[in-house]
Amino acid sequence: MKIRELKELLSAELMTDDTTLLDGEVFNACCSDMMSDVLAFVKDQGVLLTGLVNEQVVRTASMMDMVCIVFVRDKTPTPDMIRLAEDCDIVVMKSAYRAYEACGKLYTSGLVAREHHN
Amino acid sequence: MAENIVFHFDVDGEDFSSAGGASVTVKKKLRQLGIAPEYIRRVSIAMYEGEINMVIHANGGSADVIVSDDEIKIVLTDTGPGIPDVSLAMQEGYSTARDSIRSLGFGAGMGLPNMKKYTDTMEIDTELGRGTTITMTVKIA
Repeated sequence: MKIRELKELLSAELMTDDTTLLDGEVFNACCSDMMSDVLAFVKDQGVLLTGLVNEQVVRTASMMDMVCIVFVRDKTPTPDMIRLAEDCDIVVMKSAYRAYEACGKLYTSGLVAREHHN
Repeated sequence: MAENIVFHFDVDGEDFSSAGGASVTVKKKLRQLGIAPEYIRRVSIAMYEGEINMVIHANGGSADVIVSDDEIKIVLTDTGPGIPDVSLAMQEGYSTARDSIRSLGFGAGMGLPNMKKYTDTMEIDTELGRGTTITMTVKIA
């Protein structure tokens, strides 16, 4: 699924500058507020959905080579988080949907997590 | 690579928001060295978990990353309280982190298990009241 399509599905607001990254693809999704759980599952080109707002969210996504972070329930990332994400070429957006609804929308639209490779 | 390449970092134990900064830097350096992405990911995740642990439990410490021809070694050293029961600490889900840490997204009891999972070797040298040194390697050849 293209990140642009994901953004439309979640009626999300883009927080990072580089719109060319919206043409990137995501193949997997992970939804959690516990970053160590996120770090336990290696997946390629994933999107992270979370309601947690701190810089560790961006660092965790970066460690996992994730390409997109969606903050659910309209949680707003700080300017420092957005700068950090832009430095790592990660797309950041926020959506008014709750985590459960956001995951459901992506799943039923075909973003079904693949087997992890590790 | 004729000689080993060494990166050294002091990990600030006071500031949780900056925790993990050394791992982000290491990831960039390894990419510049042309190390394969899969190895970079494993090294940076293991180091990141270790760095977070040092901030949560040990008021910081130091991190050294040594890149040689056939492996990447990560050495994390702190002078914190030590780990009373290593086998318990290695169990997934076991955590002694405070609730305030859980609210920041960590303390799920996955740190040490993740570090072991993503590395080829991991040794824990710990002494109560003196501190902990964790040495991990990822084979790259």
